[in-house]
Amino acid sequence: MLPIIQREIVERNQWTDFKTFSTFLVITQSVPGTLALNCAIQIGLHLRGVPGALLATLGVILTPFVIIVLIAAFFLPLYQGNVYVQAVFYGIRPAIVALIASAAVSLARQLLSGRASIVLAAALFLIALFCNLHPIAVMLAGGLAGLFLFRKEAT
Amino acid sequence: MLSLLLSLYWTFAKIGLFTLGGGYAMIPLMEAEIINRYGWLTAPEFLDILAIAEMTPGPVAINTASFVGFRVAGIAGSALATLGVVTPSLVILLLLGRFLQQLIRNPHATLFLKGLHPAVIALICLAVFSLGQEALTDLTTALIAAVFLAVNLMRKLSPFLIIGLGALLGLLFFPY
Repeated sequence: MLPIIQREIVERNQWTDFKTFSTFLVITQSVPGTLALNCAIQIGLHLRGVPGALLATLGVILTPFVIIVLIAAFFLPLYQGNVYVQAVFYGIRPAIVALIASAAVSLARQLLSGRASIVLAAALFLIALFCNLHPIAVMLAGGLAGLFLFRKEAT
Repeated sequence: MLSLLLSLYWTFAKIGLFTLGGGYAMIPLMEAEIINRYGWLTAPEFLDILAIAEMTPGPVAINTASFVGFRVAGIAGSALATLGVVTPSLVILLLLGRFLQQLIRNPHATLFLKGLHPAVIALICLAVFSLGQEALTDLTTALIAAVFLAVNLMRKLSPFLIIGLGALLGLLFFPY
């Protein structure tokens, strides 16, 4: 996704220079939302203010929305009852679990640096498992723990 | 119907607000809200929708929101879930746009994000276990997951290939 966005924004349309685009990327990674969406909003805002941001958002969501509605409308009636569809998803479900598991591993390789963050991840995993905490509570707990745990490293 | 649409919008806005540290962070949130809290989908249905969202062009978070919304409340549900999931990014970037760069450089914000990442990883690992219990129903499915994970860790494959191979193995080994 990122190379496509960069080519369209910086090289083809020359809406911003590379430096501005990189500051957009830094912000993108620190605020909620997916990469494409956050880039689109910032570029829209940069070029044409609030209307630009709204139109860019619409651009990012419209195509997936239409495609998904079409797929869902055709697919959902097939979903129940057809034995071959069941067979296909019988094999796809473990594949998706494997994809999520490998995403967890590669995120851990990228983001867990140092003993403190590994211990924090393990502790939050156990607490969430045994206390049945809501994910939002676990995330806030992690963020707050970060304020204390990583303070020494930062200074 | 109106209250269903509103709770779809609100739920996906919540999911959008806490999709931090990559698109996969939304999976534990969706599991907690859509499967456990509202019972809008079963875990196997959720996995099937994730597979379709992964194979369709567009960001996975947005595709999943559109699909779940459609499954729960038709086209209107799809539109509201999709709008819900993008609202937090839009509001935050529009309101804070100017100050975000300073805000991100703030040492407290950096530390908070640094603590948030281990939390997201812990949550995704938990989701692997809970969704795994639903997807790995017998030896065949357990083997498919184990082999795909091992191969993908050694040499990263495209999600298309993994899902396609999964579909093929499903057709071959489904206990008809």
